[in-house]
Amino acid sequence: MIDDNAAVSVDALRKAFQVPVREAGVAAAIKSLVHREHREVVAVHEVTFSIAPGEIVGFLGPNGAGKTTTLKMLSGLLHPTAGAVRVLGHEPWRRERDYLRRMTLVMGNRNQLQWDLPALDSFELTRAIYRLPEALFIAQRDELVDLLELGSLVNKPVRNLSLGERMKAEIANSLLHRPEILFLDEPTLGLDVPMQRRIRSFLADYNLRHGASIMLTTHYMADVEALCERVIVIHHGSILFDGPLSVLAQQFAGHKTLVVTLDEPADLSRYGEVVESSPTRTTLRIARDQTAAVTARLLSEFSVRDLTVEDPPIDDVIELAFASGTPT
Amino acid sequence: MTHTVVVAPRDTIAREGAVRSYLRLYATLARTSIMLGFQYRVSNYFYMIGMIAEPVVYLVVWSTIARGQGGDIGGYTPGTFAAYYIVWTLVRNMNIVFTPFGWEQRIREGELSGHLARPMHPIHYDLGSFAGWKVVVIVMWLPIAAVLSLVFHPSLDPSLAQVATFAVAIWGAYLIRSMFLWMLGMITIWTTRVSAIFEAFFAAELLLSGRLLPVSLMPEWTQTLASFLPFESTFGFPITALVGPITGRELVTGLVLQMVWIAIGVGGVQVMWRRAIRAYTAVNG
Repeated sequence: MIDDNAAVSVDALRKAFQVPVREAGVAAAIKSLVHREHREVVAVHEVTFSIAPGEIVGFLGPNGAGKTTTLKMLSGLLHPTAGAVRVLGHEPWRRERDYLRRMTLVMGNRNQLQWDLPALDSFELTRAIYRLPEALFIAQRDELVDLLELGSLVNKPVRNLSLGERMKAEIANSLLHRPEILFLDEPTLGLDVPMQRRIRSFLADYNLRHGASIMLTTHYMADVEALCERVIVIHHGSILFDGPLSVLAQQFAGHKTLVVTLDEPADLSRYGEVVESSPTRTTLRIARDQTAAVTARLLSEFSVRDLTVEDPPIDDVIELAFASGTPT
Repeated sequence: MTHTVVVAPRDTIAREGAVRSYLRLYATLARTSIMLGFQYRVSNYFYMIGMIAEPVVYLVVWSTIARGQGGDIGGYTPGTFAAYYIVWTLVRNMNIVFTPFGWEQRIREGELSGHLARPMHPIHYDLGSFAGWKVVVIVMWLPIAAVLSLVFHPSLDPSLAQVATFAVAIWGAYLIRSMFLWMLGMITIWTTRVSAIFEAFFAAELLLSGRLLPVSLMPEWTQTLASFLPFESTFGFPITALVGPITGRELVTGLVLQMVWIAIGVGGVQVMWRRAIRAYTAVNG
């Protein structure tokens, strides 16, 4: 059911591709001249979700899960095979200019900037394409150059910039028209950790300043933890999970990690699965519903110097989700 | 089912008419292209010099044949052949548009997806960019034309009407070729095994456009066939418009025919684009 109040509303969205298939060998090659066989590959299967205005959502999944295909349908690049989509009240596949002016699609491994010219020249081109009024263009350009700490880098030919500098300039270029929704496909791909952090903090800031909705695909869980309260996990084209990041671990990881440091060495293997052990410090994996009881027993039976209970790292949770295929 | 479409806040779009915004877009695209063209002026120059080999070969061959046949072939003397092929070099450069062979890379590298994510039909990008490059081409062509003129002594005495028609016709040729090669390139969206089709198109163009030799020197059936195809409007007509012999009526007819081919090209691109965009899979980009 389409929600007209949502920034993004997707109902039973499906995308299937017809892929030519042919067996190896000369006979098959000759046969394919007169009779080409095709196989249907379903990239996105009956996906339903919505995103509220101003919300940041992490869209996670392994390679080939259907993330980028979904983003391309939401941004009007691909025509859905079935289902309904509304983004900012528009059906993206109609490719109305009013819609394309209000959204942006940033793909971490693609670029829009002119390679041999300074980014400022590409910004001018973007201004002409989006028909931006001069005052808005200058204000937005200066704000983005400032927030992304681009400084004089925008005067250098893009080919002379480092990968991180180029990505920052790409992001600036794609936000000059002040989009209300951002589809970001691995925006921190290949960047070093400080640059990833800078881009994350910029995105959070942009979201706050302009109330833009952001849908983000990434393989870096640090991006998700820093930006997204909510995640959608997609696998084999279907949604495995849609909810708060904090609930993801509960749903997919049936255990918690308990790290206990004792005053005296002791064998704690009867309390849970020992993951790591040194004479006084032990890391245990414990069934989620046993956590309280085990913690109480340890505290009462041993002289405990320190004890922490943690959800497993988000990378592990995601891996478990992909491996399980269905929520636990 | 009805749904609410919330229009973009007005302050994000310049308050100007569509024509003015397109003029601004084309001016910016052309400016960008001119900057790129002059940045790579040396490689562009070598590219243009390399391109001269083809018409010089035609010129030498046909001039030699003309001399051997008593001074002319079908009214073309070595001097008019020289004029024909020197003007050819400019028309050929004006005719360079986005190649259909480039579509495969455009799709594979994700460039087409980048274009599609913007509120502009990608053909404007190509038209504006290549139009800007023409400015660079014309500036660079002038000394080449001067050298060729010194060597081959062209007979060229156009009227004002011929010069004016030529100035319009080279842009008409540019638009026709852009549209038809765009349609050809778009086939790549359905199948990547299209190079044979491209080659067949270019072979037909070579024979029926006036690129290889003036169409008036071809057999009559070939001239009849050429009159039903767009190729002559992109090569033979602009060259003959300047070099002659041509009547005032033929100048007007040639321009009208160019407009017809532009209209067919624009219509064809629109129809094909609507289908192509539905078939586009963007698998790699």
